[in-house]
Amino acid sequence: MVEEIGKTVEGDLVINVGPQHPATHGVLHLVITLNGETIKKVEPHLGYIHRSIEKMCESLSYRQFIYTTSRMDYLSAHINNHACALCVEKGLQIEVPERAQVIRVLMDELTRIASHELWWGAMAMDLGAFTPFFHAFRERETINDIMEETCGARLTMNYMVPGGVMADLHPNFQSRVKNFLQLYKSKIHEYDEMVTGNIIFQNRMKGVGYLSAEDVISYGVTGPAGRGSGVSCDVRKLYPYEIYSKLQFDEVLETAGDSFARYMVRLREMQQSIRIVEQLIDNIPEGEYQAKTKAVLKLPKGEFYQRVETARGELGVYIVSEGGTTPYRIKFRSPGFSNLSALDHMTRGGKIGDLVASMGTLDLVIPDIDR
Amino acid sequence: MTNEELKNALTELLPHAVFEDGGEWVNLFVEAADWKASAQKLRSWESGPFNFMFCITCVDWKTHFTMVYHLRSTTTLDNIVVKVKLDRSNPAISTVSDIWRTAEFLEREVYDLFGVQFLEHPDLRRLLLTDDWVGYPLRKDYEDPINMIKL
Repeated sequence: MVEEIGKTVEGDLVINVGPQHPATHGVLHLVITLNGETIKKVEPHLGYIHRSIEKMCESLSYRQFIYTTSRMDYLSAHINNHACALCVEKGLQIEVPERAQVIRVLMDELTRIASHELWWGAMAMDLGAFTPFFHAFRERETINDIMEETCGARLTMNYMVPGGVMADLHPNFQSRVKNFLQLYKSKIHEYDEMVTGNIIFQNRMKGVGYLSAEDVISYGVTGPAGRGSGVSCDVRKLYPYEIYSKLQFDEVLETAGDSFARYMVRLREMQQSIRIVEQLIDNIPEGEYQAKTKAVLKLPKGEFYQRVETARGELGVYIVSEGGTTPYRIKFRSPGFSNLSALDHMTRGGKIGDLVASMGTLDLVIPDIDR
Repeated sequence: MTNEELKNALTELLPHAVFEDGGEWVNLFVEAADWKASAQKLRSWESGPFNFMFCITCVDWKTHFTMVYHLRSTTTLDNIVVKVKLDRSNPAISTVSDIWRTAEFLEREVYDLFGVQFLEHPDLRRLLLTDDWVGYPLRKDYEDPINMIKL
């Protein structure tokens, strides 16, 4: 800390936000240099929840390492597991049964809705509106209950395994998802009435935290944060995996590049996820939910990379195998890490009061950044 | 472009690059001394600039390090993997954070966990670990008597 204070010119103020701060939603530490109310520099200090998951994975087998990844982006646990399972399947050339593929996509999209719901509630709370949080949790809890019934857990599901999914769907799954869809549709107008159309909210979000399309590409920003600047970066569309190429859904793009655009992308993305769930829920094929695989998996010598679209952006899993039962090296390209790197650029020159409005729309999950 | 076409086109762009067979994408090796110039060429290539760097990492092969850069073009959607071999006793390579801004953080992470020096990096400090941490955890010879996970 002393050295940063040493670097500032006279009259500047250096303040710390975090590691314990309600607006960082986790143990993120920002050192902010201010001149009056204007932000001169935002410097993230990371690692408060660094567990060295990559090193851990080097001593875990290809079945075991997937469990650690649920603890990265815990709001997209299913999608993290999915990425790892796909990467291992790519190495072993396992054909996944159709039923398992559909179940996986259904779970991914329900997770995406749940994650965006939480973000929406938290975003409004960051800006001082407390009620939307409870509204968001009403729908989100329904999804968590569905997950709990089928996967046995509400957050760290560990449901997707190489070859398919861990267990078959619970008999109640279809009816409960349909109930959820009904509930969601009857309530979605409240989101716009309470928050989106609110003039105070719009004034605080519009023109704040601007990111140009060039910056998005240069900083490697992905997910809704990138699409808010008009950059097409949805992995489900660009590099389709599983059954996404057969599904009808739109990539949501906004061009304004400010916080409000990123907000609108997420809100509209929930509708697209609903669309995908509706297409699949009555068409889950019968059959096996898991391919037959060996008890001990050995990936051939080589390198495998798999990317998927999580609720926050592009997650990449890079496995270097030496032909053994454990990976030689694993790298997780987490979306939050790259998105955070743009924070300094997008808030510089803005007001300290707008920092939370910009940071909130990046939807940072700290364990995903620190790994 | 198919991998074969891409490979032929890249041979013209980077005549000194050595291609590696296998893998999903085109893999090419460049010398550490050539990396900065090659990176600039790839970034401003007319046939499809590799403007999106989505992953930087390092692999410790016990005899040497390999830096691995994953690039893609947002116009043609082609992917390539550029690899650079580094001396293990004194790993150093030019930074590309001025070409792809995302590299600033990703290179700091590699410096933190592998101890690779990025020359002319604007702010090369530890990122995830504390400033007084001793050693580089993702190297294969790193031993932590307290927190090590071994099965």
